[in-house]
Amino acid sequence: MKPPAFDYLRAETVGDVLEGLAQQGGDARVLAGGQSLMAMLNMRLAKPKLLIDIMRLKELRQIERKGDAVTIGAGVRQADLLAWPDLAAALPLVALALPWVGHMQTRSRGTICGSLAHADPSAEMPLTLVALGGEVVLRSAKRRRRVPAKDFFAGMMLTARADDELIEGISLPVVREGRFVFREVARRHGDFAIVACAAMKTPTGVRLAVGGVADVPTARDWPRLEGSALDDALNAFAYELGARDDVHATARYRRDLVRMIGRDLIGEVLQ
Amino acid sequence: MTRLKADQRHSVRFSLNGKSVEGEAEPRMLLSDFLRHQLGATGTHVGCEHGVCGACTIVVDGMLTRSCLTLAAQVDGCDLKTVEGLAPSADRLGVLQQAFRRNHALQCGFCTAGILMSLDHYLASNRAPTEAEIRDLLSGHICRCTGYTPIIQAALEAAAELASSKKETSDA
Ligand SMILES: Cc1cc2nc3c(=O)[nH]c(=O)nc-3n(C[C@@H](O)[C@H](O)[C@H](O)COP(=O)(O)OP(=O)(O)OC[C@H]3O[C@@H](n4cnc5c(N)ncnc54)[C@H](O)[C@@H]3O)c2cc1C
Ligand code: FES
Ligand code: FES
Repeated sequence: MKPPAFDYLRAETVGDVLEGLAQQGGDARVLAGGQSLMAMLNMRLAKPKLLIDIMRLKELRQIERKGDAVTIGAGVRQADLLAWPDLAAALPLVALALPWVGHMQTRSRGTICGSLAHADPSAEMPLTLVALGGEVVLRSAKRRRRVPAKDFFAGMMLTARADDELIEGISLPVVREGRFVFREVARRHGDFAIVACAAMKTPTGVRLAVGGVADVPTARDWPRLEGSALDDALNAFAYELGARDDVHATARYRRDLVRMIGRDLIGEVLQ
Repeated sequence: MTRLKADQRHSVRFSLNGKSVEGEAEPRMLLSDFLRHQLGATGTHVGCEHGVCGACTIVVDGMLTRSCLTLAAQVDGCDLKTVEGLAPSADRLGVLQQAFRRNHALQCGFCTAGILMSLDHYLASNRAPTEAEIRDLLSGHICRCTGYTPIIQAALEAAAELASSKKETSDA
């Protein structure tokens, strides 16, 4: 199908974007890589009155390492981040998860921040943000605020972003030590995850983050667990996520994946 | 700042396979439709308009791009490459196209334009791809005819040929 009618604004400054959002509020949408928004427009699942194209703004295209954090601007495409030479050293979990986001033909245009704004419960970048405990930087004409990952995702395709706010960028902590692992089950590589899991060592034990099961990606910390204590913890976690049946998989299958992948990944990071 | 009104047609110009082209589009016009209906460049195909099938894949400013997920207005001033730009001349096929013909890598041809664009773009910067890499690239395309095996074969043959003839890059 074809998109409904809207005005198109090609922003030349961040001020243009903020002004457009302030004026039009919920009737405006930021257009980043378009890899989710354009499909929604074509399916008429969204009917904005104004699209604000942010992709000509050079100042949003920065990937910067400052001390123990990496900041990624709203204009950074998924392919740009994959090609960043420091990625594997500074953000090993992102290096593992990002190749699972769509295909080369969609990563070339889709942005990191667009994926977070879209907040699909199965998406890999929201999961990664939650697993690492990153922050989202939101900016409106009136203020700038930083929202921790765990408070940013509010439900299926819902976030803490207000209608007049631009996600200006995100900040991800650089974790110097420890192992990171990521695994996903999807029908084909490049499809949205049925279940995706990331695990990492923490000072007190281990963290497992799960996407594709609950409405939002969810992380859980445990002390070092083994054997049946680990099985029990994973089983309880799998149930708490409240899996549902859908066309892709049953709730039972999703819980099984959480239990099995969770066990494998935790074994790998703690070995 | 440029604000294009929803109910008006606006001029869009860009470079298409090295030639500058111009047309008019409402903001909501998809690039795939602009290419096909305004410019008559029907080599780019349209399957799903969801970004899933890959038939509409082209190259915009060096980026693989689903033209069905792109507005014509977005590419004003950009540099576009479509399947019409692959053959060295009207009566000759490029190395990749010839490999497709030799290997029966197309049947109905619906998916072919998009797949050629992805492979042409990829092979230009990856001279010695593995089969796994080609398969990963092809995950962004759907072909309902060939079963993919001949496409992979054609891609690997073309890559080998391109690597062995450094000077010849698009001709055979
Ligand atoms: C075939 C296909 C397969 C895919 N597979 C996957 C997959 O496996 N995993 C996955 O995670 N994704 C997948 N995607 C979606 C992914 O490619 C998108 O890139 C991503 O979801 C959105 O990023 P975008 O830059 O394209 O955003 P857009 O589509 O431009 O925008 C998406 C939404 O975010 C809003 N938005 C964007 N940027 C900002 C900002 N800076 N501030 C405020 N709001 C903003 C928009 O208004 C819109 O509502 C797939 C897409 C396709 C077409
Ligand atoms: S028509 Fe664009 S991906 Fe299918
Ligand atoms: S050749 Fe028919 S869909 Fe690929």
